[in-house]
Amino acid sequence: MESARGVRRPRHEQEAGAPQGGDATARDCRRRPTTRWLLRPGRRAREQERPAAARPRRRAQGAGGLNAFKQVIDAPVASFFASCVHCGLCAETCLFYTETGDPQYTPIHKLEPLRRTWQQEYTLLGRLARLVGLAKPVTDAELEAWSPLVYDSCTMCGRCSMVCPVGNDITMMIRKMREGMAAAGHAPEGLVTATQRSIQSGSPAGVKWVTVQAQIKRMQKQFGISIPVNQENADYLVLMSSWEILNYPEYLGAVGRIFNKAGATWTLSEHAYEATNSGMQIGASDLARELVGRIVKAAEDLKVKCVISPECGHAYTAIRWEGPNLMGRRFGFEVKHILEVLDDLSRTGRLKLKGSIDKPVTYHDPCQISRRGGVHQQPRTLLRQFAPQFREMTDSGVMNWCCGGGGGVSANERAEPLRIISFKRKKAQIEELGISTVVTSCANCRVVIEEALEHYHMDVELLGLTELVAEHLAED
Amino acid sequence: MTGLELLIWARGPGLVLAVSLCIFGVILRFIEILALGRKADLAPPRQSSAGSGWRTIATRSLPPPGMLRRAPLTYLGGYVFHIGMAIAVFFFVPHIELFRGLFGLRWPGLPNSLVDIAALAAIVALLALLIGRMVDPVKRLLTGAGDWLAWALTFAPLVTGYAAFHHLFGNYTLTLALHILSVELLLVLLPFTKLFHAFSLFLARWYNGDIAGRKGVAT
Repeated sequence: MESARGVRRPRHEQEAGAPQGGDATARDCRRRPTTRWLLRPGRRAREQERPAAARPRRRAQGAGGLNAFKQVIDAPVASFFASCVHCGLCAETCLFYTETGDPQYTPIHKLEPLRRTWQQEYTLLGRLARLVGLAKPVTDAELEAWSPLVYDSCTMCGRCSMVCPVGNDITMMIRKMREGMAAAGHAPEGLVTATQRSIQSGSPAGVKWVTVQAQIKRMQKQFGISIPVNQENADYLVLMSSWEILNYPEYLGAVGRIFNKAGATWTLSEHAYEATNSGMQIGASDLARELVGRIVKAAEDLKVKCVISPECGHAYTAIRWEGPNLMGRRFGFEVKHILEVLDDLSRTGRLKLKGSIDKPVTYHDPCQISRRGGVHQQPRTLLRQFAPQFREMTDSGVMNWCCGGGGGVSANERAEPLRIISFKRKKAQIEELGISTVVTSCANCRVVIEEALEHYHMDVELLGLTELVAEHLAED
Repeated sequence: MTGLELLIWARGPGLVLAVSLCIFGVILRFIEILALGRKADLAPPRQSSAGSGWRTIATRSLPPPGMLRRAPLTYLGGYVFHIGMAIAVFFFVPHIELFRGLFGLRWPGLPNSLVDIAALAAIVALLALLIGRMVDPVKRLLTGAGDWLAWALTFAPLVTGYAAFHHLFGNYTLTLALHILSVELLLVLLPFTKLFHAFSLFLARWYNGDIAGRKGVAT
């Protein structure tokens, strides 16, 4: 397997794993193309060099942020803010707090500007307080100060949402808050660049179709398979993330081998090969919609039955859960994560596995796939077929700890030092098991973990589950 | 105004006023929340989420694995306070008589000695939680005037009730009047402080469970 360590790329080219919209988040913002400013390259960079007072249109952008805040607040959000008792338990679930001990990383605190917007706009007492000048208005400077809390120290992993005793879905509110932060111009540079590239070239890393073609040729030669492109009426449209195209093309080879064996028809699309969605990560639903729309159009043009989200966490959330809400309609095709498809094939007897890995292995649950996506049994069912020594980490499945790089954090250079610190949680989990083989199913988790393993000089092998499945295909 | 006059006002017009304002406030807050609406989720659910929200209302009362160890004071203090207070409020025989008078419903009470222990435990737990809030950096960051107010509003009825029951202060009539007045203040302000979670948490937990349930994640 090719190691990611061999290929260095600028950090801002990284794509990431991540968010979840409150189901209707996306559509809350459909009529609000306020994030188009993101598409003007260099704008933010120039702005950041100047003091806030000297920035033109700054106030307008700040107001755009508050308008976005107002638009994303719905009944669930109001019920969450109304219920918070300030118990602080969410801090104990957040790896940015547990690994730093810094109270500012308390999840509910990251939402303070959004909470005050709710209070001042949508509660009687809050409105009265604002009327008589007792309420503290949310300022643009405050939003700027909150940017690292909302983008750098939250991977939208969703652990806090699982634990909050009053039931607050804090993660969903962070997703919503990012809409306002992006509209106000306070998204981090790395994510802005990734989003610009996605819209302009189709991929956050600027990967073009010719690169995909080169990898197709390589995989066809390496595994002796044929990889169909632009084929109509196939069962599956296979998508990839930039990371898979650049670093883990074996994923494509694995999918090809598995589908050939299972007799499934599949295709790639020249017009929609990239599954990631920086628009969703940055909190720009209009741009997220454009990115999902490309996939939907390709799937409908090719008349496929099912679109397969690759081994990428946030891509799954973007297409499966936010997609229909972003587009404002249900799709005429199914959306599944590759592990769901493999599990289906295995259950129906079309995918038979053999052999066994002769060492203990564990599984790192990508947050958006397990906790925020519901695909947590399938990887275990698959792994157990060829990894008899499979062992769970403490806090596994839907309570797993994030790698520290989801939610766009890995695409955000500013967050890098904090991300490395936050990895100590995963490090402790792996060390507690005392084993050296970790399997996962998210290319972004893979890149983040591989970099951190290198940083901490850990001798741990990291494997992609789809590739492992392909290596254990029964020969009939 | 003497203690007796105060007591008569508190048990009569005061109580009616407080209960009415409380009900008005709760309805107003629910309207504030629900009027914001919620768009239908167009993503097909992995499984029917029917029941998931309701289950979460119950399951969120228990600490997820490992959490009790991470935050013992918050969990244990929270349990002792809530259970102790519920016993004192709903199972003290004179309180049940009051509910019968107000709403016409009655149920069996618990022996006074048990209610006494429960009330004392709730008082001690509230004090422990207060100290925890002063000491813990996370709670300190989150704490504002509203949190201190909510604490005081909850503490006052417990302490005055306990004092009245044990005749701790010389003037029983006045203590009882203060107890009832403190409950009335609590009722009036409950909808407008974080104490409203007593009602809104059912909504919040339901939404959370519904969102997760659609994705096939049990919370």
